[in-house]
Amino acid sequence: MKFTHFFAIAILLALTCASLMVGVADFSLSDIFHADPHALSILTTSRLPRLLAIMLAGAGLSIAGLIMQQIVQNRFAAPSTTGTIDWAMFGYMVALVAFAKMSSWVHLLIIFAFSVFGTILFIHFLQRLKFKSTVMVPLIGIMYGNVVSSMTTFIAYKYDLVQSLNSWTVANFASVLRGNYEFLYIALPVAVLAYFYANKFSAASVGESFAKNIGLNYQRIIMIGVILVALLSSSVVMIVGMIPFLGLIVPNIVSLFIGDNMRRNLPWTAYVGVVLVLSCDILGRLIIFPYEIPISMIISLLGGAVFIYLILRDKSNA
Amino acid sequence: MRDPIKLFIIGAIAFIICALFLGKGLTIDNYQFFLSRRIPKVLAIILSAMAIASSSLIFQTVTNNRILTPSILGFDSLYVMIQVLLVAIFGGFSAVVIDSEMNFLLSTSIMTFCSMVLFHFYFKSRQRNIFTLLLIGVVLSSLFNSATGFFTMVIDPDEFTYIQDSMFASFNNINAELVYWCVVPLLLCFAYLIKLANKLDVMWLGIDNATSLGVDTQKLTMHIMFVITLMVSISTALIGPVLFLGLIVVALTRQLFRTYQHQFLLLASALVSIVMLAGGQWMVENLFNFNTTISVIINFLGGGYFLFLLMKHKFD
Repeated sequence: MKFTHFFAIAILLALTCASLMVGVADFSLSDIFHADPHALSILTTSRLPRLLAIMLAGAGLSIAGLIMQQIVQNRFAAPSTTGTIDWAMFGYMVALVAFAKMSSWVHLLIIFAFSVFGTILFIHFLQRLKFKSTVMVPLIGIMYGNVVSSMTTFIAYKYDLVQSLNSWTVANFASVLRGNYEFLYIALPVAVLAYFYANKFSAASVGESFAKNIGLNYQRIIMIGVILVALLSSSVVMIVGMIPFLGLIVPNIVSLFIGDNMRRNLPWTAYVGVVLVLSCDILGRLIIFPYEIPISMIISLLGGAVFIYLILRDKSNA
Repeated sequence: MRDPIKLFIIGAIAFIICALFLGKGLTIDNYQFFLSRRIPKVLAIILSAMAIASSSLIFQTVTNNRILTPSILGFDSLYVMIQVLLVAIFGGFSAVVIDSEMNFLLSTSIMTFCSMVLFHFYFKSRQRNIFTLLLIGVVLSSLFNSATGFFTMVIDPDEFTYIQDSMFASFNNINAELVYWCVVPLLLCFAYLIKLANKLDVMWLGIDNATSLGVDTQKLTMHIMFVITLMVSISTALIGPVLFLGLIVVALTRQLFRTYQHQFLLLASALVSIVMLAGGQWMVENLFNFNTTISVIINFLGGGYFLFLLMKHKFD
């Protein structure tokens, strides 16, 4: 295990340095050590915030996926396959149309409210469904998300915001600067909370009767899970945009390697999420340098392929 | 009510809607200009409505279920992706992209090949669960969409304008030349399907039954898949991808008409489809004053209906 940890940290460090160094404005490490003011200002206003935003968003969404898996009791559940993200986007649209002048805290609150509502609606949906095959849940969830996003498009079309909508949905870290990404720090307390609740979520994932049997308040745990997921997803949707499939593939990849103990998986899930987003972001910056390819495109290509692999691999529904 | 009467009524409604499109505000002075703009549009709606309806119907027959349609399995996203790829490879100003006939021929033949591969991938193992198939289809079509997005980022913005039209469902900038060019192949496909109708009736009983009744199912499936690809290409080339239309139309047709005869169902579904598409577009133009688009309406209604279908398990 020691070696694995060392290796993991080395990869992360290498990617971090790469992420800080790749960009149109050129500076070298020695500039920073000599405290060159230009290099320092690039570092602190653009590169460092970007790196932090990537880390927070990657870890946050992956953890959200992990929690979602537990409370929906399905391996393919994630914010993007349960309508949470689409509701968050819908909320963002409503916030910008109806409460444009309010502060961004109000916007975040509205987005959060919408995503909690949408997720709970979906979970109720599922709880009433008698027959649940593994693939039914993501299938219904994706369709549900489509319906919600057609409502978003409807509003966007009405207010001539389709083009802006596209730029909000496409996740991109290029616009992250100091002062506009700080909402993402929500991920830190939420991750800690998720860690403390991990065992309860695991218990809930076994089933309602089991959770009640060992003396847990099942509905409350589900509610807490939904709130945590919604907090993570709404902050990411607001600041970065939609990163499809990330919350889905990362927990699955992690559980392929180290099993299903949620408390042990949680740090690794966060780690893999960070590494994945970081490497995709660097890739996106390099492919058509000096321009950038939005990260959501790279992640959705990769994520879609991994998702299909996971479905095919799942022999239970062959 | 008996089926032929219903069919007649729906046909009449379709005719009235098309006439409304063509005739609105027409006077002796302006008819030349108006008609020259409107005929391609109405024709495009009719052609693609027919193509979407019959391809979805026979797709369900061949795959023997009531919930899969080519667009849900990602066939029209595949077409759009091929279009973008052509621009990315050959450049936006090459003959392959600009010349609509050549573009259509080339992209359709690539599309045929790719969809054969896709079809094989979907249906090579017979016992695969239908929901698994559906989920793979949904994910795969979003994969194609992201690939499309990826290539549009990579290609030149000037070149992008050449493919923009084919990426969104739209009736307002229809390529008139392409419309006329599609009439003959589409009618041929339709006639061929009518000719195959008897075999399709047998096919609907299931592969095993059809085989024991003496239908060469493998050959029939190949032919049908070819026709489906052609029709998907035509409809996507004309009006762009419309995800749920085929599903709604076929389900509605089966609900309205109690028959299993494909000869009848093909015609009926085509008419229902024309009513839905033309009626929807008419509503967009006259009721919503262009405040929304047809694809939003179809996605909303169709998505809701699809969820309903999944919940009710009214299929299989």
